[in-house]
Amino acid sequence: MSFDIIKYPDKCLKQVSAPVDTFDFKLQGFVTELEKTMRAGPGGVGIAAPQVGCFQRIVIVDVSDMRKLPANSSNNGCMVLINPEIIEWDGMTMGREGCMSVPDFTGNVIRAEKIAFTAFDVQGSQHEFNSEGYEARAVQHEVDHLDGMLFLDRLVSRRTDLFKRKVYKQIKESPLPESGEGQA
Amino acid sequence: MNKRWYMITLVGKDRPGIVAHVTHALYEGGCHLGETSMMRLGTSFTMMMMVQYAGTAKALQKVLQGEAESLDLHLHIDSIEGGLHHHHQPDVRISIYGADRPGIVAHATGALTEAGLDILDLTSDVGGTEDTPIYIVHIEGRANEGAVVLQSALDIIKKEGVETQLTPIDTLVG
Repeated sequence: MSFDIIKYPDKCLKQVSAPVDTFDFKLQGFVTELEKTMRAGPGGVGIAAPQVGCFQRIVIVDVSDMRKLPANSSNNGCMVLINPEIIEWDGMTMGREGCMSVPDFTGNVIRAEKIAFTAFDVQGSQHEFNSEGYEARAVQHEVDHLDGMLFLDRLVSRRTDLFKRKVYKQIKESPLPESGEGQA
Repeated sequence: MNKRWYMITLVGKDRPGIVAHVTHALYEGGCHLGETSMMRLGTSFTMMMMVQYAGTAKALQKVLQGEAESLDLHLHIDSIEGGLHHHHQPDVRISIYGADRPGIVAHATGALTEAGLDILDLTSDVGGTEDTPIYIVHIEGRANEGAVVLQSALDIIKKEGVETQLTPIDTLVG
């Protein structure tokens, strides 16, 4: 059995999730079902508990099966991340994102190229991870869900091109999209 | 009466308030907006809007006529099929730039189309100075014959003196 995915504009997706404080069999069972839900979706490389109506800080990311993953890109395999906290950001890169909770729309989002983060596993042990590229993007996308943020909150103008985005290279967190608008 | 879809095109000299005035007139006239593209090109402001409306094209023309005249905008309306929720996702992004000269877009898109590119979005800008302008093209599309064939086409385009870059778009679904 997998869970139903909550879809925007359901306001539930905009709420902040609470930390997990009990690491028990119930949690393990939930994580198993959450992973099944992620794998049931087309092309899904990550999922966050709020997407299935559980407002606890739990995400799963697994980019290892990505068909087009660059040969030289490293990844951590299937990561179950409980109470994840991103502690370091480095570099900025633009990439295309979609979301199981926002069907039929994708957009460009600027994310950190490399991140370091901590998280607990289902047994309650804390670990530290380093991610870059596609996996780092997936982790940032999923952690955003725990804070009620969707990729829609971080869209950049489609006229934000490779030349203009150099401006963002020195920005470490939450860059604001360039307006790119005329007077009208 | 069933609502029909129309494509409205408005073009005129850019000034503050065009979007607000036009969309307010549409809303007051009972129109529902679909996908739109509104941007400044040169000193003009351009609007293309999918609009759902219960009346005829002639009636829709009347809804906008007043605002179009007061803002000095050229107005054009076509009846269309509509078709929301059918987005095609791009899998390649292509940038082309170089010293401005006639034919950059024509030559590049011709070669890329031959190589299987389905263009979903193209924007271009003229930068640099008036004496030495540069032309910058940004394309997103689908590589129906694969990225390798497109890269070969870009290598040929490059010989005409422009810089090109092809970047695969791997859309993350989370």
